[in-house]
Amino acid sequence: MSTTTPGTTPGTTPGAAALGDGKKRRGRSPERGFSRGFRWIATGSGIVLLVVLAAVAGFLVQQALPALTAGSAELVEQNVLPQGMTSIWQLIVPLVFGTLLASVIALAIATPIAVGIALFISHYAPRRVAAPVGYVVDLLAAIPSVVYGLWGGAVFAPFIRHVWNWIAEVLSLLPFWEVRATATGRSLATAAVVLAIMILPIITAVSREVFKQTPRLHEEAALALGATQWEVIRTAVLPFGRSGVISAAMLGLGRALGETMAVLMILSPGLLVSFQIFDGGQQQTIAAFIASQFPEAAGLRVNVLIATGLALFVITMLVNMAARWIVSRRKEFSGAN
Amino acid sequence: MDRFVKTPRSTRAGAAALAGALVLVLAGCGSDNPLEGRPGVPPGVEIDTSGPDVVGTFAGAGASSIEAAMDAWRAQFQGAHLSATVNYDPIGSGGGRRQLIAGGAVFAGSDQVLTAAEIDESRAVCGPDGAIDLPIYVSPIAVTFNLPGIDVVNLSPDNLARIFTGDLTRWDDPALVADNPGVDLPDLGITPVHRSDDSGTTANFVDYLAATAPDVWTWPVSGQWPLTGGDAAQGTSGVINAVQQTVGAVTYADASRVGDLGTAAIRVGGEWVGVSAEGSAIAVDASPLYEGRHEHDLAIAVDRTTDVPGAYPLVLVSFAMVCMQYESEADANFVRQFIGFVVSEAGQQVAAHVAGSAPLSARLADDVHASLAAITSVEGAAQ
Repeated sequence: MSTTTPGTTPGTTPGAAALGDGKKRRGRSPERGFSRGFRWIATGSGIVLLVVLAAVAGFLVQQALPALTAGSAELVEQNVLPQGMTSIWQLIVPLVFGTLLASVIALAIATPIAVGIALFISHYAPRRVAAPVGYVVDLLAAIPSVVYGLWGGAVFAPFIRHVWNWIAEVLSLLPFWEVRATATGRSLATAAVVLAIMILPIITAVSREVFKQTPRLHEEAALALGATQWEVIRTAVLPFGRSGVISAAMLGLGRALGETMAVLMILSPGLLVSFQIFDGGQQQTIAAFIASQFPEAAGLRVNVLIATGLALFVITMLVNMAARWIVSRRKEFSGAN
Repeated sequence: MDRFVKTPRSTRAGAAALAGALVLVLAGCGSDNPLEGRPGVPPGVEIDTSGPDVVGTFAGAGASSIEAAMDAWRAQFQGAHLSATVNYDPIGSGGGRRQLIAGGAVFAGSDQVLTAAEIDESRAVCGPDGAIDLPIYVSPIAVTFNLPGIDVVNLSPDNLARIFTGDLTRWDDPALVADNPGVDLPDLGITPVHRSDDSGTTANFVDYLAATAPDVWTWPVSGQWPLTGGDAAQGTSGVINAVQQTVGAVTYADASRVGDLGTAAIRVGGEWVGVSAEGSAIAVDASPLYEGRHEHDLAIAVDRTTDVPGAYPLVLVSFAMVCMQYESEADANFVRQFIGFVVSEAGQQVAAHVAGSAPLSARLADDVHASLAAITSVEGAAQ
């Protein structure tokens, strides 16, 4: 990453450069003083990041191992698994399912709305309106998740339960379907909608920046061919911004996967692999499960909880790797590179 | 090295006035009754400071259910014993017991009594007699519901268990109507709400159901809700909020947190008994101790099926776990005085005031004092 070339570094005399070339490794730029120090600071920061990540991964694996290697008899005898379970996978599978289901629903709701807001800000709104709208969206990101949780549990759930009840009634009219809805409104659907609101700002902000970078010439060319505003967006803006929107959605998915407090305060948890998203006591997310069980956990129970945390860590890594792969595959469309 | 900062005259005058005020405040603390006039303390409560001085920092750990009361106890105790610092880490019942056994805590708080295995393990740090359980906190658990205009509903153990298993689904079910003459039960679905976290309240509620309705409730007792499905919320405030927002919902919670919601009367020996502090104390007094333990161990096995008139056996009893023998006399002295204060009339009133607990009966408090008097230390014995 050495981009400094001899002669351009301020304060370097030709004599010193010659000295450096002669006595030290060849081909190195003659860095001195703070310039050299800053290289070490920057390199150190990079190393710290890797060390922290390795430390977290190492901790998770080391602490999860006792739970993963413990026999079914030991787990049952020490009463560390929920009632009726004999293997740790019976716990991890529904938790992973619940986590993914909540996050995917949240993403499905948030992405179209976020792209709409971003297009409104970048292409439709007059300048006087665009700035305040962008500011308000950024403000959504500044609200702590515990506040979303309070609002979701106290205000939103009692409100939206009427909608869920109605949807459940309508869907239940279909043959072979029985859709249940809880009277409290504390269901996965409610939690997913709140999660969608929480990840809206990050998807909007990234998409907006990408849309703004659409080459002016592309848009003008489309306009010159007689395209309407919608056609400009469809043919010039969206193809250009696609990879950006995908990475924005993956960032949002990352946040939704790990969100704890809001889910903890809104969802009626259960450990089932169930698509009854309007009913209570069906699904649970990993992060909320750990937060609710950890305070009274001890011994092997803690290892079991950390094993579920390891599962969340792995899922999040897989999601990020998938996002990288998608983005790199579509690199040719992106003008950002 | 010395640096002088010039202070304006007005600042110096202010400092003098502040110092004077501090002296007055400190002088106020020296009155005979250190609790008088403190916030959170009902009038007429006195703390006994006649024992030897308590000096040092003492660590406790355990159940979060008694945290509010423990905070008040610590504050009052430290106010009376200025050279003592008491810490309490609410890490959970099991964690607290483990800390005591490992020697990391001087006392533990727990919603469950020590197991026989734990008592054996505790002999390493607690002397040959091991650790003992002392009841310090009794809290009635209310079954509470949201039915506008209805304050009390009679719920027999079978009906209660059937509601929480999801078998009884409507408030106007004939089984409920038969038990509630004169109450106009609405044509409305029942939404049972349980605790989603691991909790002593759940353990005691489930224990009550398992003991009184064994035909309906066939799940083992634990702090985690044993059934899948059904509505749930985090913590006492979570379940109370969910019930307040949902007409027809019912849950179980610490009685002091119920507010304006209706509460159920439970069936005890052929009569309907509503939730009350007095009823809880009667039920605890009527309960036997676990057998085969140390003579000073007061591990109460709450008799859920009691038929003593007026008893309300749906209670949570929290215990302090202490050693029969400590290494240092300072620790032993602290435990004798601190737990002594906790179970004294003053301590129990403080807890009732801040946490809505039911005060221990005088007889039980006397038993605890007798147990505390038997606590010794290696250091004290050597002298």
